Amino acid sequence: MSKEPVAVVGVGQTKHVAARHDVSIAGLVREAAQRALDEAELTWADIDAVVIGKAPDFFEGVMMPELYLADALGAVGKPMLRVHTAGSVGGSTALVAANLVAARVHRTVLTLAFEKQSESNAMWGLSLPIPFTQPLLAGAGGFFAPHVRAYMRRTGAPDTVGSLVAYKDRRNALKNPYAHLHEHDITLEKVQASPMLWDPIRYSETCPSSDGACAMILTDRAGAARSPRPAAWVHGGAMRSEPTLFAGKDFVSPQAGKDCAADVYRQAQIADPRREIDAVEMYVPFSWYEPMWLENLGFAAEGEGWKLTESGVTELDGDLPVNPSGGVLSTNPIGASGMIRFAEAALQVRGLAGEHQVEGARKALGHAYGGGSQFFAMWLVGAEPPAG
Amino acid sequence: MAGSAGPEVLRAPLVVEFPFTRSLGPVQSAFLTGLRERTVLGVRTGDGRVLVPPVEYDPVTAEEIRDLVEVGATGTVTTWAWNPAPRRDQPLDRPFAWVLVQLDGADTALLHALDAPGPEAVHSGMRVRVRWAAERTGAITDIACFEPGGEGDPGRRPEPHSGAFSDPVTGIVAAARLDYTYSPGRAQSAYINALSARRTVGERCPSCRKVYVPPRGACPTCGVATEERVEVGPAGTVTTYCIVNIKAKNLDIEVPYVYAHIALDGAGLALHGRIGGIPYDQVRMGLRVEPVWSEGGRYPDHYRPTGEPDADYETYKELI
Repeated sequence: MSKEPVAVVGVGQTKHVAARHDVSIAGLVREAAQRALDEAELTWADIDAVVIGKAPDFFEGVMMPELYLADALGAVGKPMLRVHTAGSVGGSTALVAANLVAARVHRTVLTLAFEKQSESNAMWGLSLPIPFTQPLLAGAGGFFAPHVRAYMRRTGAPDTVGSLVAYKDRRNALKNPYAHLHEHDITLEKVQASPMLWDPIRYSETCPSSDGACAMILTDRAGAARSPRPAAWVHGGAMRSEPTLFAGKDFVSPQAGKDCAADVYRQAQIADPRREIDAVEMYVPFSWYEPMWLENLGFAAEGEGWKLTESGVTELDGDLPVNPSGGVLSTNPIGASGMIRFAEAALQVRGLAGEHQVEGARKALGHAYGGGSQFFAMWLVGAEPPAG
Repeated sequence: MAGSAGPEVLRAPLVVEFPFTRSLGPVQSAFLTGLRERTVLGVRTGDGRVLVPPVEYDPVTAEEIRDLVEVGATGTVTTWAWNPAPRRDQPLDRPFAWVLVQLDGADTALLHALDAPGPEAVHSGMRVRVRWAAERTGAITDIACFEPGGEGDPGRRPEPHSGAFSDPVTGIVAAARLDYTYSPGRAQSAYINALSARRTVGERCPSCRKVYVPPRGACPTCGVATEERVEVGPAGTVTTYCIVNIKAKNLDIEVPYVYAHIALDGAGLALHGRIGGIPYDQVRMGLRVEPVWSEGGRYPDHYRPTGEPDADYETYKELI
């Protein structure tokens, strides 16, 4: 028996900000979930199951969100699952929900991811004082900066490429009312003049800390037929993982990322991602990860990713717009960031992305990664139902 | 430091604690501010029940609920368990009963502590009353505990309440603490013990022949145990690095400094360390370095140039 086609018929986000002191975590997730229901014109009674994800527990100290949030998400009397995969969790959470529909376990599933960074300290969560262990000397940016330098060495990319990504994503964010950073006076000169924090990463090339939530309603063919707005159809979805550290690990272009993308393209029958995909929402917490992932995801040959960025291909009006929403560089509630990528990809093919809509987008990729570049989750969504 | 798992396996306490903050939202804000004012609030659900403590969303219909009511500060124990040995940060520092108390006017029970002389003094159905804390801040601990007694009226009807108070509490600090006993295991213990003699000893995978430093006791690629110990270094090559310009908390290192990945000679992957003995802006990929130890340090304090010619990129590019 073939899989049930899966459709995204509702997307809801909170306005992402530095701190939502006015709501509890329950109130925050509720807001996103209610918006997704409203867009789908459904009620709580229409939801058969709830799948949630959040950042690692030490990030915000909520150990059992599935217990705490069942009321707020209308999950009483229904199956409720929680997914863990570090920073990629928003993506893998959506895929678990999609698989429940594809397998005909449930017809309509609410999936949601969130984080309130203002109530915690992710950096603390990443640097527990493990006895006998040498402390990381550099912080999160310092963990990733050496890999950026390795990418520059490997490809010969000029050191200006990172600032181009940040300038683009911050301008795109101005067209997205839900984005956290709205830097109306952003200029390329300002990005390039911002302080070098972890050389080669500048302050303006790093993501903010955000409070926010993102929700989606996934449903089957019959549910999509009743949807008042266009659906996004899941054409392929995959997850891959690898150890944090091992001899032969390629931090610049991890094998798990390549394998994950290849699996998604095989499912979606994509032969040439660069030509066949119209928009990409990829997880870029530090600007240089755009050219790195362009290569890892097969949009450019090894060593060539930065050329797409430099030539404007990834601009909102370019041939392959990357992060039209403004991306993680403009909005980063860590636990939700992966799902926002997936949801923004869906909005693009539904034609509902508003001012940051990529004109005529028919196929879009949502991408998330997490941990020490070790968890990958991706889906490819299309405006038409999948063939077959 | 030696523990029962074997003479060579290290153990140490690990305390993980953090003062998480929580924004309360309208319902919890009213509830906790009410406690500060010696007023216990509940919320009425769509089917007319009164939940204490209150929640923001109806557990039956999932609708938002904001219909606050005041209930009594007296109630009835619905069930209990005796706690003979209280732990740190529990409500009382002497043996007490954990109780579920259905306050007068409420349809659900609240979990708290009952101050009683012994388990023989506690039974389900007994009447109890709130003992208010002398200093109240707008927290569940404003109820110091419950105590036996409590005239009150079990049939009391809950009174509507606006939930409005002057100077409402909008956030709390929820301190979390976990106490672990940490052991790095056999392989890392051997590695750490060797470091005390300023030797770096990894383990070679019998299958792929790569040398893991620090060793984990197994090769994560091949999935087989590693046992053959191999000394690596002491010199190595900087494979990549960054220049840290912001001072990290808890790190007493002057910025800027170089944080580098260093592949010790013979190791199958790089470890990390600080580079010194050279201006930060002269560090480069391929730089040959050696460890500099400080008195009593478990790890090298930093690495400094050996003076050898730089390693060729081809010799370390697989280790980046």
